[in-house]
Amino acid sequence: MAKEEARIMEGKVSLPYRWALGPVFSRFFDEIKNKKIMGTKCPKCRRVLVPARKFCPRCFEDNLEWVQVSDKGKIRTWSMITFEFSGQPKPPPYICALVDLDGADTSLSHFIDGVDMTDLEKVRDQVHIGMRVEAKWSDNRQGNIMDIAYFKPM
Amino acid sequence: MARRAAIIGVGQTKHGRREDVNYVELIYEAVKAAIADAGISPDDIEAVAQGSMPSPMEGVNANHLYWADAMTAFGKPLLRTATCGSVGMSIAHLATYHITSGMFDMVLAVGAQKMFEGDPQGTMATVADPWFQRWFIAGAPGVFSMQAHQYMYRYNLPEERVREAAARISVNHHDNAMDNPYAHLRFKVTMEDVMKSRIIAYPTRLMDVCPSSDGACAVIFASEEKAKKMGRKVAWVKGMNYAGDEHFFGDSDKVVWEAAIVAAKKAYQQAGITNPRKELDVAEVYNPFTYQELIFYECFGFCDFGKACELVEDGVVLRGGELPCDPSGGVLCTNPIGATGLLRVAEAALQVTGRAGDRQIAGAKTALAHAMGGACQFNGIMIVGSEL
Repeated sequence: MAKEEARIMEGKVSLPYRWALGPVFSRFFDEIKNKKIMGTKCPKCRRVLVPARKFCPRCFEDNLEWVQVSDKGKIRTWSMITFEFSGQPKPPPYICALVDLDGADTSLSHFIDGVDMTDLEKVRDQVHIGMRVEAKWSDNRQGNIMDIAYFKPM
Repeated sequence: MARRAAIIGVGQTKHGRREDVNYVELIYEAVKAAIADAGISPDDIEAVAQGSMPSPMEGVNANHLYWADAMTAFGKPLLRTATCGSVGMSIAHLATYHITSGMFDMVLAVGAQKMFEGDPQGTMATVADPWFQRWFIAGAPGVFSMQAHQYMYRYNLPEERVREAAARISVNHHDNAMDNPYAHLRFKVTMEDVMKSRIIAYPTRLMDVCPSSDGACAVIFASEEKAKKMGRKVAWVKGMNYAGDEHFFGDSDKVVWEAAIVAAKKAYQQAGITNPRKELDVAEVYNPFTYQELIFYECFGFCDFGKACELVEDGVVLRGGELPCDPSGGVLCTNPIGATGLLRVAEAALQVTGRAGDRQIAGAKTALAHAMGGACQFNGIMIVGSEL
């Protein structure tokens, strides 16, 4: 009997979704259109959670108070992405970071930009953990997290 | 634990690009090997615990249905668990719960992945929520590079020193993989190779990062009564725990990492371990990224916080050291994600039963197995030992 071959068959799965935002995320995105970054404060642990939440994941309280936090803060950590992969938000290089906004107790994931990214050494001269940054607002705000185009060094 | 559980058999495939078999055939290979290793019949298995990364990885959803035939699942309870990178550990825990609950005496745990069949990064990007985090934490290396960068800053460590320690881990683990016939990447690297490899997400370089692999692992757990009837060495589950953070990456500290600390601490308590560095003989630390392994050494109490570089510089965690880590080559050299955490358990079991071949740590009696999952979200630990 002839030896069996092991071949490849190609296929594709593509699925559309309609994601319900819920009232808290809906309001967060309404406010961000007006250049306001909103958090919610837990009545029990007093932490201001950003982005705003329906409930505090630690205390499990849901009567949270809306508070506006600053669009300025400092970098908790960052990484410059220099490799390509699918599902990527934009072509590399770009900088992902956690930003501790003034008035917030959690750190927001976003981009750092407005710096020369032609090589890593230049980036390391311009971007540091702990440095102050501010939101660069998008001119064409759609009510999503990219209404903040990125955070830039102050 | 209400009842004790033991590992009586393990099986794994050769890992790598396995286009020679389909997904179900790959799983069959591991399960068949585990059943042979345990010296039991498929009919002896009473229940099955299974898991993998999100099923879009291979494009067949709820894949426990697809795998059923290769897991001897006909006519038996079958449960799937899914915790991303830590899923292999969750499967091991799930199988142990089956035994310790008193419901079953022999349970099969199976984890597998076929990462060359789909788009792993694209699939993993959909693990993050679609509104706030998918933009920024998509692509595993970015998240773990941010964690590494924060680690250096926290303890004011010179970047060059941490860079060198991470590179030594890579060199050591690649050397280890040469001793593991199942490993995916089996080639030696030098310090220069690692430190000059391409930066993919600063500060992480290509040779700081695990591969994508196809592979499967199967482990058979048994009750004390059944295990004692085996008439040969088994690996006893001495302690285990699992802990997680919130979904938002920015909600909790990833340097003094509570989920990793708590997972280890409670497992040590169960196992009666007070000084892990002295009492553990070997550890299979989940290390898809070299820098992250340094953070785990600290969270697991192998050294004080901020001191992990010393463990590497002094050779404590390297080949021939006091607490050698990842003698299999670890995740850094083999990463079929759904199997990866279970492979840590399987390797730990092989070590404490003296059956780890060329990668055996002489006289190993107590071993730690670990897995991490999500965007720095989950950690699970299992301690196994040669004595009940």
